[in-house]
Amino acid sequence: MLLIRCPHCAAERPEVEFVYAGEAHISRPRDPAVLTDEQWKNHLFIRSNPRGTHFERWRHIHGCGRFFNAVRDTVTDKFAMTYKAGLPRPSEAEIREARS
Amino acid sequence: MSTYRVAAKGRIDQSRPVHFTFNGERFEGRKGDTLASALLANGVHLVGRSFKYHRPRGILSAGSEEPNALVGVSRGVGRSEPNTRATVLEVFEGLNTVSQNHWPSLKRDVGTINDAFYMLFSAGFYYKTFMWPKSFWNKVYEPFIRGAAGLGKSPSVPDPDTYASRYAHCDVLVVGSGPAGLAAALEAGRSGAKIILVDEQAELGGSLLSEPAAGINGQPAWQWLETAADELAASKNVTVLTRTTAIGYYHENFLGLCQRVTDHLETLPEGAPRERMWRVRARQVVLAQGSIEKPLVFDGNDRPGVMLAGSARTFLNRYGVKVGNRAVVVTSHDSAWLAAINLAEAGVKVSAIIDIRASVPYHLVDLAKAHGIEVLTGWTVTGTSGRLRVSSVRVNPVTAGGKVGRARNIACDTLLMCGGWTPSVHLFSHTKGKLDWNEERQMFLPGAPTEETRCAGAGNGVFGLLDALKEGAFAGASAATDAGFKAKAGDYQIEGEIACTGISVKELPTDRNSSSAKAFVDFQNDVTAKDIRLAVREGFQSIEHIKRYTTTGMATDQGKTSNINGLAIASDAVRRPTPAVGLTTFRPPYTPTTFGAFAGYTRGSLFEVTRKTAIDGWAEQNGAVFEPVSLWRRAWYFPERGEDMHQSVARECKATRQSLGIFDASTLGKIEIVGPDAAEFINRMYTNAWSKLAPGRLRYGLLLGEDGFIRDDGVIGRLSTDRFHVTTTTGGAARVLATMEDYLQTEWPDLKVWLTSTTEQWAVIALNGPNARQLIEPLVEGIDLSNQAFPHMSVAEGNICGVPTRLFRVSFTGELGFEINVPSRYGRAVWEALYEAGRQYDITPYGTEAMHVMRAEKGYIIVGQDTDGTLTPDDAGLGWAIGKAKPDFVGKRSLTRSDMLKADRKQLVGLMTRDPKTVLEEGAHIVADPNQPVPMKMIGHVTSSYWSEALGRSIALAVIEGGRAREGQTVHVPMPGKTHQAEITGMVFFDPENERLNA
Repeated sequence: MLLIRCPHCAAERPEVEFVYAGEAHISRPRDPAVLTDEQWKNHLFIRSNPRGTHFERWRHIHGCGRFFNAVRDTVTDKFAMTYKAGLPRPSEAEIREARS
Repeated sequence: MSTYRVAAKGRIDQSRPVHFTFNGERFEGRKGDTLASALLANGVHLVGRSFKYHRPRGILSAGSEEPNALVGVSRGVGRSEPNTRATVLEVFEGLNTVSQNHWPSLKRDVGTINDAFYMLFSAGFYYKTFMWPKSFWNKVYEPFIRGAAGLGKSPSVPDPDTYASRYAHCDVLVVGSGPAGLAAALEAGRSGAKIILVDEQAELGGSLLSEPAAGINGQPAWQWLETAADELAASKNVTVLTRTTAIGYYHENFLGLCQRVTDHLETLPEGAPRERMWRVRARQVVLAQGSIEKPLVFDGNDRPGVMLAGSARTFLNRYGVKVGNRAVVVTSHDSAWLAAINLAEAGVKVSAIIDIRASVPYHLVDLAKAHGIEVLTGWTVTGTSGRLRVSSVRVNPVTAGGKVGRARNIACDTLLMCGGWTPSVHLFSHTKGKLDWNEERQMFLPGAPTEETRCAGAGNGVFGLLDALKEGAFAGASAATDAGFKAKAGDYQIEGEIACTGISVKELPTDRNSSSAKAFVDFQNDVTAKDIRLAVREGFQSIEHIKRYTTTGMATDQGKTSNINGLAIASDAVRRPTPAVGLTTFRPPYTPTTFGAFAGYTRGSLFEVTRKTAIDGWAEQNGAVFEPVSLWRRAWYFPERGEDMHQSVARECKATRQSLGIFDASTLGKIEIVGPDAAEFINRMYTNAWSKLAPGRLRYGLLLGEDGFIRDDGVIGRLSTDRFHVTTTTGGAARVLATMEDYLQTEWPDLKVWLTSTTEQWAVIALNGPNARQLIEPLVEGIDLSNQAFPHMSVAEGNICGVPTRLFRVSFTGELGFEINVPSRYGRAVWEALYEAGRQYDITPYGTEAMHVMRAEKGYIIVGQDTDGTLTPDDAGLGWAIGKAKPDFVGKRSLTRSDMLKADRKQLVGLMTRDPKTVLEEGAHIVADPNQPVPMKMIGHVTSSYWSEALGRSIALAVIEGGRAREGQTVHVPMPGKTHQAEITGMVFFDPENERLNA
C-alpha cells in the first residue's frame, strides 16, 4: 500500500485515505462552445497514458477532502512528489530532485 | 515404539505421545511432530494421489514448499480444510486427517487409469483432448473435467471461526529466523529499534533446527539458539511471531503477515481467532527467507519413498525419525552427502551415493566410505521400481562423453535426491526487485532493491552457516542504523562446518527412450520434463507461455520446488540462456492463505454498513419488507395479513391515490449549498436556469457529466438568495458531492461557495394524497399552506408538531404532496404523530415499490433505472429542463456533438402491452419484427414495468431507437415462452393535466 503525502495536511498517509482522480493539468476550457467537435473530444477523452512519469490528481477523501496533484511513475507506482492543485507542472529538474 | 523413531534425536518431546488418525487409521506421534514426521515415524510414505495421473505420492519435503503431501483436516462442523501440507501441520491429540484425490481408496484408486493414458494428458491436454467431437463437450468432457478437477473437498457450511486483523509499525522487520534472520534480529534488537521477527514455523531456528552438530561462538548450535531466543523474548522492543508467514511484500515496506493462532491446539480456546492478519509498515526490512532444495528430474522420481535429501536430514535431526531403513542417495550437490552420513550414523543402511558429478571432494568420499557407503560418482539414475513405495533404483554409469552405460539395480526403501538449493527470493520479487542470474552458480539472486530492504543468508545465495550469521548480523545492524539507531554487527565463530558446493543439472541422462519417461518437474500439477519439451516443440518460447500451456508452477505450491528445474529444461529446449528465457513472476501470497485471514473482521454484518433511517425502526415494527438501496435498507412494502407483494403494493397505491399515503424518503441525498456565488455555482453544474428561481421556490434539477449524459437528478429548493437545499438520488449522493467539490476546488476556486452533506441530518417524510394538506394544516405553524400561498414546487421553513421543518410542496406520485424535512432526531416522533393524526384519513404507509409504480404512472424517471449513462436529457424526454439561454453548464458542449443529434438515438418512451394483464420483464429486449432470423436486431429494452392499480392494466417505460417518432407503432418483446406485443406511447399514463398535483 502506497504512502501518499497530502500537501494540504503536510502529512504522509496510507493510500486507503485517498482516491485517484485522473490526469492532472487538464483545465476545463473557459468557453467550451467555441471548441470544434475534435477539440472537445480531445479535451474529454484523450489522455497521455505515459509509461513513466505521470501527472495525476488525487483527493484526500478520508482526510481533508482536498484535491491535489502528484507526480508518479507508472512503472514503479512510486510517487515522486505531490503539490497543490493550481500550481504549475513541476519541471524535470524539480522532479529529479524530489526523487533523489 | 515404531522402528523408525530414533530415541535420542530430535526436538520433539519423546515423553509425550499424541494420537491422531489418517484415513481413519489411528497412529501415534510425539508432541512437536508434524503430520509428515509422525507418519514417517510409522513407516507411512504414501499420503496421496497426484492431480492428473492419480499416481501414488509420498512426502517430498519437510517444509512449506511441499507439493505432494496435501491432506484434508477436519475438526468438526465447518472446520474442515483441504490441501493442508502435512509437512507444516502440527499433530495434536485427536487430530483427524484424510488423504485426497482418490476413489475408492488411497491404495486402490481407479483414477490410476489416467496414468496408463498419459499420452492424453500431455502438455496442453486441456486444449487438445477435449476439442472433438464438439457434441461431447456438454455431456462427456465437461462433467468428466468437473468431476476430476480440483484438489480436496471444500467445506460446505460457513466457517464458524473468527479471524483477526491488526496493523503494526516497526523499525526493522526480519523475515525468517534461520541463522541469518536470528543474527539480524539480535543485532537490530540490541540497538533499541522496534523489531518484528517473523517465522512460518512453530519455533525459531530455521535450518539450525536440522543442524545440531554445528557449534556457534563456543556453544552447540541448539544451545546458542536457545540463548538467542531467550534474549529476543526478553527484549521489550522485539516482537517474535512464530507460526506466522510473511505472505506478501507490498509498496513502501508494507507486508502482510498471516499468524496461525489455534490450528495447532488440541482444544480451541473460547473466542480466540483462528488466524490473525498483521499489516505491518516497516522502516527497514531484512529478508532471510532461506532456500529450497531442488529435486532431480529422472524417470520415477515421484514414487513414494523418493524424497529430498535435506528433508530426510531434517526429519532425522529435528523430529528423530528415520525416513527408511535402506536408503540410496542421488545428488549433484555436497549437502546430500552430509545427509547420507547423518542417516548412516543413525543406523540407516545407506547402500550407495550416486553423484552426477564425476569428481566430488575427497573428504566427502572418504567420509562416506568410512560409513560403508558405496560411492558411484559420474553415475545417473534412470528409473525406480515399486508399486506404492520405491523398492529399487536403476543406476547407470555415464562416460565423460555423456554415454550412458549398462544399468544395475540397487534395492532400497528410500531414495534421497538433491539437485542443489534455490534461494527463496519470493518476497524480494514481490517488490519488483530485480533478480540477477548468476551463471556460475546457476541461480537467480536478489539484485538492486526497490524498497528499503536487504537480503541475507541462503535467500541471498550465502549458504555457509558462518557466512549466513555474519551477513545476517551485518544486515540487522545496517537496517537498524538506517532506521536511525546505533548498531554494530558482532562477530561469529563456527566449529564443525563443512562447506558445500554442487552443480545444476536438467533431466538426468538416461539410456532409455526419454519420451516414455515419467520424469516429474512439477509434482503437484503432474508436469514432466517431456511436457515442457513438447510445449517448446509446439512453438511456445516464452517461459510465461510454457508455464500456462504445461501448467508447471501453477499449483498451490506455486512451483517452489519446480520453477528452476522447469526453467533449466525450457532454456535447454529453446536453446537460449536461462536469463533470456526469464523467470515467471512471483506473486503473493507466499503460501496458500485462508480467505478468512484476508477478510478478518469484515464479514457478515460487518462486511459493509447497513444505513438505516430514523424511521427504520417503525417500519420494522410494522412489518415492512426491506430492500437494499445502495448501502441503505429501505422499506419495500408493508404487507398486511396474508398479502403478497403484488397485493400489498396495489393496496398501498390505491390508498395513496384515494386518500393519503406516508413514505419515508429520508435516504434522499441532500447537499446544502451556501454562499454569495451559490446560484452561479448551481447554474454551472445543473442544466436548468437557476438565477431567477425565487427564494421559497423549488425546481427539478438535472445533472450531466461533461460527456452530456444524465448523471443525477433531484429537486432543489432556494431558501434564500445565498442558500440552496439540493436533493440527489439515494445512490448518487456521495458521487454528486464529490463531483461538485471537484469543480469547486479545481475549476472554479474563485467562487465563494460552501458544500455540506446533510443527508443524515434530515429525516424526510413524504405525504401524498388528496388529504395530505388537511392532515398537516393543523400541525404546521408559521407557513400558510393554501394553494395560492404555497403552490406546487414551494419550500418554506416553519414548525411541524412543534419541531422545526423545511417543508417542501413537491410530489413524486402525481398526488398533492409534501416532503417534510425535520432534524433526524425528531423524524420518528413526527412520523408517529402524523400517522396517529392520519388515521381519520386511513393513512397508509407505502414502500419503495409503490413509490416506483406511482412515479412510473406519471412518467417520472429514475436515474440509473430508466437511464444507464448513455442517455442525454433529450433522449430521456427532459429537453425542457435545459436552460437554453445559459452560455455553459457541465455537459452542454457535448449535447451538440454530431452523435448526440442523431435521429435514431434511443429515446425513453411509454409502452402499453396489447394484453393489459401482461407485465413485461424489466430488461426485456424489444424488436421491430418478431419474424426476422436470429440473431434479431434489438431496437431497445424495457427499463421499468409495473402493474398499475390506478389504470387497471400494466404499464412500462422503455428506451427505443428513434422511439418518440414511432409513437403509436407496435413493437415486440420476446420473453420466455411468448413474444408480447406492445404499443409505443407517451410517458405520462396518469393525470396528464396534473390536476391532482396542483389541487
